[in-house]
Amino acid sequence: MPDVNMQVDLAGVTLKNPVVVASGTFGFGREYSQFYSLGELGGICAKGLTLHPRMGNPSPRIAETPMGILNSVGLENPGVDAFIAEGLPFLRKFDTKVIANISGNTPEEYGIMCEKLSDAGVDMIEVNISCPNVKAGGLAYGTRPELAAEVTETAKKHAGNVPVMVKLSPNVTDITEIARAVEGAGADALSLINTIRGMRIDINTRRPVLRMNTGGLSGPAVLPVAVRMVWEVFQAVRLPILGMGGVSRGEDAAQLMLAGASAVAVGTALFADPFAPLAVRDGLAEIAQRQGLSAVSELTGGVRPW
Amino acid sequence: MKVERKCKIVELNRLDPVTFWMVLEVGKMVERDGLRGGQFLHIKCGGGQLLRRPISVAYAGWDEPEDLATLIFEVRGEGTAWLSRRKVGDELDVIGPLGNGFDASQPGRYLLVGGGIGIPPLMQYGECMEWPRTAVLGFRTKDKAFPAITSRFQDHCEQTYICTDDGTLGRHGFVDAQVRDILEQDSNYTAVLTCGPRSMLKSVATAAAEFGVPCQVSMEERMGCGVGACLVCAITMKDGTVKHVCKDGPVFAAQEVDWNA
Ligand SMILES: Cc1cc2nc3c(=O)[nH]c(=O)nc-3n(C[C@H](O)[C@H](O)[C@H](O)COP(=O)(O)OP(=O)(O)OC[C@H]3O[C@@H](n4cnc5c(N)ncnc54)[C@H](O)[C@@H]3O)c2cc1C
Ligand SMILES: Cc1cc2nc3c(=O)[nH]c(=O)nc-3n(C[C@H](O)[C@H](O)[C@H](O)COP(=O)(O)O)c2cc1C
Ligand code: FES
Repeated sequence: MPDVNMQVDLAGVTLKNPVVVASGTFGFGREYSQFYSLGELGGICAKGLTLHPRMGNPSPRIAETPMGILNSVGLENPGVDAFIAEGLPFLRKFDTKVIANISGNTPEEYGIMCEKLSDAGVDMIEVNISCPNVKAGGLAYGTRPELAAEVTETAKKHAGNVPVMVKLSPNVTDITEIARAVEGAGADALSLINTIRGMRIDINTRRPVLRMNTGGLSGPAVLPVAVRMVWEVFQAVRLPILGMGGVSRGEDAAQLMLAGASAVAVGTALFADPFAPLAVRDGLAEIAQRQGLSAVSELTGGVRPW
Repeated sequence: MKVERKCKIVELNRLDPVTFWMVLEVGKMVERDGLRGGQFLHIKCGGGQLLRRPISVAYAGWDEPEDLATLIFEVRGEGTAWLSRRKVGDELDVIGPLGNGFDASQPGRYLLVGGGIGIPPLMQYGECMEWPRTAVLGFRTKDKAFPAITSRFQDHCEQTYICTDDGTLGRHGFVDAQVRDILEQDSNYTAVLTCGPRSMLKSVATAAAEFGVPCQVSMEERMGCGVGACLVCAITMKDGTVKHVCKDGPVFAAQEVDWNA
């Protein structure tokens, strides 16, 4: 490894390198730990949790699109208690930061989960606000500043000393509006982007390929959207950003960092290459070294816009 | 242990314009990791395909300098078309061994039932399982009943029944009718092992259940990671739980699957 300092800080949490894996693409780490030690990673965003176990959506849940995929997993997970009992102890065996990702039907559910996770001792809580709010007629929290702020406030109140990172949805007209609302409500960090709503149709059967008709787009196709949104949010708020969306190479990660991200997450790229996060990390180190940086963190926000 | 490795193609034969027989060098995946028929490999296909494609192992054996795995696949779309255009000597990026394969560890007699491109995952069982076995193989039409595949059953099974949808070879009709006839005469089988289209699996499972014979079905679902991390390859079980084809399967106990989901 070149002599670039790869360590970064994300809301007071020290990551040994800026590459974490994105929620929902890495399970609770067990599967990919068969390929390499999880201690190689800066951090792990665990599969999205809900208060109670969820079965998720009917299959097909995945469709390939040009340079991307659509998924409609629907938050299948064993529930927060099962994660704390079984998933967390396993992840704790590795020298890496554990970031729990949570979704709730109501602000109260977010609060209960934060309390449980904070007691269990995760390093960070990532609050997914791209899911529908049952009370607000199914409207996604992430699309309304006041709803996003309410969830953030409740999460903060129950998370104790554990930093709360709010994960923003790109399916909005102005992402900075949500980012500001969440900052105002006390969030410690932001992560973006979640998947972009999309659809693919089989022209012969005239059926949508996904059983849920629509799903979330991720993969290389979304990288430019992620870079743009990270850049906009970086200018709008003072919170540290975990950037993600389509990262599969060091260069992609460097773009997100230059746009303002302190660290990056790798998701969909894992499906093609289980080693993608390590390749991104090494690529990033090489770029930093080539550019004569002493620390990779110097990239953050370094874009020189016209 | 699962590995990602470059696997050299040592054989690639065209059985017909859309069906290919490929043999790969797979390192020591058979000797060390126990790769066997009915499991699958997750293969990276070039040409702008982001996702790997799952292909079943028809046959896997120890060999020198490397173990060998036989795959038989049909061209369906761009990924499999790309695979079919490879040349002997080319290398493929492969993850394996994945999935469980059939369980034929219990001594007894087995009934193997395959339909179309679902037959290859049964080939190793037809050829070299330890116990006596009978095979029922279904094809759309005579031209699809490739001797390279059927002979592997005919040479080693006590009986091999061929059915075609159009009656051009063997019995006219679907495999489940043949399975019913066999079980009616003698239902003293340890298990039915079956792979093929979902509708076929369902009717074979129904027939096996009627005669009280345990049935193992190899299921298909679209895949992402192939290793159990992304949860996209879900199937619903009778008890209301969800299982994942890549990790818990592809072979499941038929009575546990919710066939109406
Ligand atoms: C565990 C498992 C084992 C398999 N083993 C074999 C095998 O031994 N031989 C073989 O020929 N095929 C096998 N398949 C099916 C094979 O993976 C698909 O045909 C292939 O992924 C299609 O890729 P493509 O890019 O050519 O086509 P695409 O353009 O992706 O799709 C073409 C068509 O195939 C269908 N399809 C795509 N993916 C799947 C899938 N995973 N399962 C079912 N249908 C699909 C689509 O609905 C579409 O109509 C297996 C699938 C699974 C899940
Ligand atoms: C199969 C799949 C499942 C996902 N599940 C979750 C989830 O449970 N919670 C969440 O916040 N994001 C989830 N995401 C979104 C990713 O964490 C990430 O934001 C998005 O995929 C963009 O990054 P990528 O292009 O590198 O995959 C999921 C994405 C995929 C592809
Ligand atoms: S394909 Fe990812 S869990 Fe099965």
